[in-house]
Amino acid sequence: MEFLVGTKFNFLGHRRAAFVLSAALILMGVVSVVVQGGLKLGIDFAGGVLLQVRFENPVAAEDIRSTLDAIGVEEAEIQHFGGDREAIIRMSAQWAEEHDVAGEVLTALNEHIPDNAAEFMREELVGPKVGRELRGKAAMAILYALIGILIYISIRFEFKFAVGAVAALIHDVAITLGFFSLTGRGLTLPVIAALLTIVGYSLNDTIVIYDRIREDRRKLYGKSFVDIVNTSLNESLSRTIVTSVTTLLVVLCLFIFGGEVIKDFAFALLIGIVVGTYSSIYVASPLVVEWQIAAEARKHRK
Amino acid sequence: MTSNMRWKVILVLLVLVLAVWRSSYTFRFLSLDEAGKEQMTEEQLENLKANALSLGLDLQGGMHIVLEVDKEGLPADEAADAMERAVEVITNRIDQFGVAEPSIQIEGDNRIIVQLPGLKDEQRAKRLIGRTALLEFIAVAPPAETDIVLRAIDRALVDTLAASGELSPESETGLPLTEAEQLAKEHPFSIRARYLQQLPFFLEEDVKWAKEQLERIDLDKVLPANPSDPSRPRYRIAWGQDARQFGTEEKYRAFFVLEEEAILTGSAIVSADVRPGLDQDNPNAPGVSMRLSRAGGRTFAKHTGSHIGEYLAVVLDGSVYKAPVIKSRIPAGTPTSITGGFSDEEAKDLAIILRAGKLPAPMTVIEERTVGPSLGRDSITLGLRAMAIGFILVVIFMLVYYKASGVIAVAALMANLLIVIGIMATLPVNPRPALTLPGLAGLILTIGMAVDANVLIFERIREELRNQKTIRAAIRDGYERAFMTIMDANVTTLIAAAVLLRFGSGPVKGFGVTLSLGILASMFTAIVATRVVFDLITVKWNVKNLSI
Repeated sequence: MEFLVGTKFNFLGHRRAAFVLSAALILMGVVSVVVQGGLKLGIDFAGGVLLQVRFENPVAAEDIRSTLDAIGVEEAEIQHFGGDREAIIRMSAQWAEEHDVAGEVLTALNEHIPDNAAEFMREELVGPKVGRELRGKAAMAILYALIGILIYISIRFEFKFAVGAVAALIHDVAITLGFFSLTGRGLTLPVIAALLTIVGYSLNDTIVIYDRIREDRRKLYGKSFVDIVNTSLNESLSRTIVTSVTTLLVVLCLFIFGGEVIKDFAFALLIGIVVGTYSSIYVASPLVVEWQIAAEARKHRK
Repeated sequence: MTSNMRWKVILVLLVLVLAVWRSSYTFRFLSLDEAGKEQMTEEQLENLKANALSLGLDLQGGMHIVLEVDKEGLPADEAADAMERAVEVITNRIDQFGVAEPSIQIEGDNRIIVQLPGLKDEQRAKRLIGRTALLEFIAVAPPAETDIVLRAIDRALVDTLAASGELSPESETGLPLTEAEQLAKEHPFSIRARYLQQLPFFLEEDVKWAKEQLERIDLDKVLPANPSDPSRPRYRIAWGQDARQFGTEEKYRAFFVLEEEAILTGSAIVSADVRPGLDQDNPNAPGVSMRLSRAGGRTFAKHTGSHIGEYLAVVLDGSVYKAPVIKSRIPAGTPTSITGGFSDEEAKDLAIILRAGKLPAPMTVIEERTVGPSLGRDSITLGLRAMAIGFILVVIFMLVYYKASGVIAVAALMANLLIVIGIMATLPVNPRPALTLPGLAGLILTIGMAVDANVLIFERIREELRNQKTIRAAIRDGYERAFMTIMDANVTTLIAAAVLLRFGSGPVKGFGVTLSLGILASMFTAIVATRVVFDLITVKWNVKNLSI
């Protein structure tokens, strides 16, 4: 079976429309982040306590809240987690300083909500200092990854290609973060790992196309740069789609069947892979073309 | 077959055999049920486990805590080896508690990471690990001195309240103050105390308030100075560990003014055991009986002999557990005890802690990640299911899209997974990288991404075939042309994975491990292994139509 072979899509003809779409998606995310007063941080970065409990039967959030009120936990955030039998309770690290969170909350839940046994699933406690450190570490990780990648592409490709690739990366991460904000998901350590993976994946796609452009420039000497890039995009299209399909298949499986704990992580990968595939065709290569056109125009004027 | 080719075949077979062999332990271990485990000897099981992939705490359940040691206030010589001593004490405590394969490591210069896999009672373990367990025997200040301290606190508090404008000169009614109101105004602190056997007590609901008031004043300046060292106060304040009920419904908590210097500390204890009947008022209550060292016993005897009729407080981590009146001189060698409303379990833990020694400095839990056994089990089940479904879908896709060549790609994919698992179970680093939930996700992601190298090659071969090349030439050129692209494309993902390995902690690091190993393995299987298969098939059978 073959598909998308010998295509002659004029990808670059739609590049302006694609720029508008990308800008709109990024803007949407930015608005969402601004309206919500910043990206939502999970407890890894904001600090705090997270307790996940599972009940034998469905449980109402109000019952959990009144139990927490009774033992003096103030301003807890309660959320059902993958069904109505499980809940996640988030609270500030303050209460945890003097209390044994899991022990006291579970005992209280079992007392206040009779005939519905609560079971301990998970507890995460991140002190404010550690939260700050993890924020710094995540920032450093992203920074180092970007620097490493920049160095690598500048060695392997011309500068304008590096610029296109990095712009595509920023585009992908920005849109993924925008979707996170829109869907009310918080940033956690695994999500940062997913973002770095997206960076790697998106580049992988971009580089395959760039390699093709480099090859076609030699092969199709004399043709216009726009035509060359269009040919390269078409020639590598089947590979781009096949790899995206197989990767999306597994990430979709992870998202649907992998369980609640890694749902946000899988969500980031899902968005990132779709956007990353799109950006290697519609952002990374068109930017190189724009750069080239501008450079040629300058040359003519001289 | 050329000799170059022969070497490649040998290499591929060798890697495959190694991968199957090294990963077989993991599959055997994971497929064992309880009955199967019972049939094996302990040695066999140990051997199997040692060679199998180790599971991260988030998959097998367990506790990961990071403790910060507060070395401030330690003399320089003690601070120097405080971390090593703290690790030793924690190790002692955990060993006595009984956890399989604990890991205790120093991180940076003031942190300790403790990992306890498969833990049943994480709360108890946490109390056991983090407790300083500074046991002290301290003389309680005589009633007259206690009174002086209370008055001093009153005066300091009046000043503080006046300074912050919280003390109105008039009563709320505008009438002159009654005698009781005047008293309350001048003694804002002590007015709330009740006395029993000459010791002050505060109502349980007032304790929080009282602690807050004490925070507001500079206690070190308020307390009388130490005659031998005027820069230090002579006394310190402590509260009773438990509230007491005096006939009525009301609960009270004792307020103690203690000498700053302890008569003896926990270091004078040579043994500690749980024993009932230590508390005469409550004979069933468990307590911990302790034996003092010879020197400690002498000091104790000397103090009790000269302070008959006075109170002596037994203080653990700053709380007073009991404060009996010294009735007679306690000769050296007499066991002493600590009681005070603990459960059997708490008494047992306290005995462990006292035997293992006190921590050299106070510690705080600054990070904790605990996963219960059910969540760990769920994560494995769900993760493996997602992996199986994803794998099947990718296999179907590859077979439909690339037909017979797809079979080769699928075989490469399986080899890929075996190689990753085999390497992870074999890596000679300590601690060996464990499979975490994000790590499992990385493995799943690898299934999707690892076929990429084959896709690149196959698409190239198809192109070459379309250009009317012979099968042998198409395969040769396809591989050659795709090679640089595969390298370029994978290096960037490897950079991202390397960063995760460097900066990630625990679970995230596990993701970096599987991701990078998966990519490396996929490069090997795609560039070397499938090439060998293609070459063998085309040479041997002289294939006319390549099914790709």
